[in-house]
Amino acid sequence: MNSQIIASTASKVVARALTEQERHEIDHELSLYPDKRAVGLEALKIVQKHQGWVSDESLHAVADYLGMSAHELDGVATFFNLIFRQPVGRRVMLFCDSVSCYIMGCENIKAHISKRLGIDYGETTADGEFTLIPVPCLGDCDKAPVMLLDGEQQRRLTPEKIDALLDKAGVPSSLGNE
Amino acid sequence: MSERPLTRNIDMSREPYDLLQYRQAQGYEAVLRMLREHSPADVLEMVKNSGLKGRGGAGFPTGLKWSFVPTGEHAPKTKYLVVNADEMEPGTFKDRLLMEGDPHLLIEGMIIAAYTIQASTAFIFLRGEYLRAEKLLRQAIAEAGAAGLLGPNIQGSGFGLDIIVHTSAGRYICGEETALLNALEGKRANPRAKPPFPQVSGLWGKPTIVNNVETICNLPGILRYGIDWYKSLGKGSDAGTKLCGVSGRVKNPGCWELPLGTPIRELLEERAGGMSEGYTLRAFLPGGGSTDFLLPEHLDLTLDYDVIGKAGSRLATGTMIVLDDRTCPVGMVGNLMRFFSHESCGWCTPCRDGLPWVDAIFQRLERGEGRQEDLSILEEHLNYLGPGRTFCALAPGAMAPLGSALRHFREDFEAHIGSGACPWQR
Repeated sequence: MNSQIIASTASKVVARALTEQERHEIDHELSLYPDKRAVGLEALKIVQKHQGWVSDESLHAVADYLGMSAHELDGVATFFNLIFRQPVGRRVMLFCDSVSCYIMGCENIKAHISKRLGIDYGETTADGEFTLIPVPCLGDCDKAPVMLLDGEQQRRLTPEKIDALLDKAGVPSSLGNE
Repeated sequence: MSERPLTRNIDMSREPYDLLQYRQAQGYEAVLRMLREHSPADVLEMVKNSGLKGRGGAGFPTGLKWSFVPTGEHAPKTKYLVVNADEMEPGTFKDRLLMEGDPHLLIEGMIIAAYTIQASTAFIFLRGEYLRAEKLLRQAIAEAGAAGLLGPNIQGSGFGLDIIVHTSAGRYICGEETALLNALEGKRANPRAKPPFPQVSGLWGKPTIVNNVETICNLPGILRYGIDWYKSLGKGSDAGTKLCGVSGRVKNPGCWELPLGTPIRELLEERAGGMSEGYTLRAFLPGGGSTDFLLPEHLDLTLDYDVIGKAGSRLATGTMIVLDDRTCPVGMVGNLMRFFSHESCGWCTPCRDGLPWVDAIFQRLERGEGRQEDLSILEEHLNYLGPGRTFCALAPGAMAPLGSALRHFREDFEAHIGSGACPWQR
C-alpha cells in the first residue's frame, strides 16, 4: 500500500523549468565528462546552490535534462550527505561530531548551540535562519572542535565563540522559556 | 635539496605560492626535464625503485600499482588518473594541508603520474566540504593551463593533460577507490567487485590509477633529486617522509612532515608537545579511525609501515588520535562505531546490518543499560565483520579500534555494565 502512495505522489510531480544560470552551469559540467549521467551529482549541487535544497520538482528537472530517470537520480541524491532533499535554513551549520572533536568536547558545544537556537540535529529554527546538521570528520582535527558555516571553517569552538557568532547573527541570547 | 619535500613551500600563515613563486622555488623543473629526457617507462622504473608506498592508508607500493596499467600498441588509448582527495578518515587532516598549502605541488605530481601511465585526463575527486582547497586548486589549474603546463601539448612535448576538479558531497565510502569510480561516473558510491582491478578496467571501463594526494605530492621530489636521495630521507625500512598528525588532548596538536622511521615518541612529545596539563596518555590510534589502539609502551616504535604492522596496528594515514585518561574509551569507540555505521554504503549485509547493531550496543552501554552478553555480541562482530567477510575494507576497518578496545579497555566496558551509567559522564 505504501508503495502505491509513493508511486502516485511521484507521478504528480511536475518538473520545474531550470533557470538559465542553472542550465549554463550544468552545461559547463557536461562539457567535461564523456557521459551525461556523470554530472548528476554536480547538477544537483548546482541546483541546491541556487535553490537552497533539491525539491522533487528540481530533481525531476535535472533528471529530464540529463536523460535519467528521476528514481535513478534520487538514488544518487539520497546517497550523499550534502544533498538536501528537504528545505533547510538560510545558513546550514555543518557540525563535526567525529572522534577528535568528540575527545575535545564537541558534545558540550553542540548542546550549547541546541540550547541557544532551540533546535536539535536535522532541525531548522522557526525563523528559517539556521539548520544544524552533523557531518563526518571535517579534516581539521588539530583545531577541534570545528564546524563549517557559510563556507567558512569555524575552529577551536567554545561556548563563547558560539555566542559571539550567534550574537552577530542577531539570535537572542535567551529563547525566553528557560 | 630539501629534507621536507612535501611541505618545503608551505607556510599556512600566508597564501600558498602562485605559479611564479612556485617556479622560483624550482617548481615544475622536474616535470619539464621529465618531458624532455625521460620515457614513461623510465619514470615508472624510478618510482618503483624509489620505494614509494601509497599514503592514503593501505601503503601499497605505488610503482607496482602503476605497472598493472596495460601499455603498448594494443592497450586502450584512453586512460585516466584519479587523485583521491576525499579525505574523510576520522582524525585525518593531512591532505587538506597539502592542497591548501601548496596546490601546484599536487598538479606537478599529477603531470608526472599521468605521463607515466599516459593518461590525458585526470580528475581530482575532492571532498565537497574542502571549499578553500577547491578554490586554490581551481586557481592553480587555471594558472598552469595559461602557462602551457597543462593542456593538449605541454611545452611542445606531444604529451597533453587536462585536470578536472570533481567535488563530492560527503560519504566516507567514496575514499574506497572503486566506490570513488562509481561516484565519478554519477552512480551511488558502492564499491565494485575486484577483479577487474581499476588499473585494467576502471573509470568508464578504461585503465585507471587512483592515488592519494600525499602519494602524488611525493613524485616531484623523487624526479628532481633522484631515488638515492628519496630513500635516504627515511630513517628506517621505509623510504621518504610522511605527513604525521596528532589530535586530541595534547599541548600542540598539528601536522608535520617527518622522515619515515621517526620514533612515535618524538612526534607526540616533541612536535605535539606532550599531553595537555592534567591529562595522561592512555592509548592512541596511530593512523586514523580504522586502526588498532596502541599503548604508551609502544611510544618507542618507529613510524614505519612494517614496524606498526608488527605491533598489531597500521600506520595508515599517519594521523594519530590520542586517548587521554579523562575521556571515556567506550564513548570514544562508540563515536567511531556510529561514524562507521552511518557511513556504511549498505551494499553488503554484514556491514549494513552489523555496524548498526554494534552502534546500538554502544548507545546502550553509554546509557548504562548494557548487559553482560553485549560484550560477547561485540566480540562475535569482530569475526562477522572481519577481513574477508565483507565486500570492502570499511567494516574490517571499523573492527580494528573495536577489537583492540575490547582487549585493552575490558574493565572500562565492564564498568559500564551494571553501574547504570557511564562512569565518565561529563
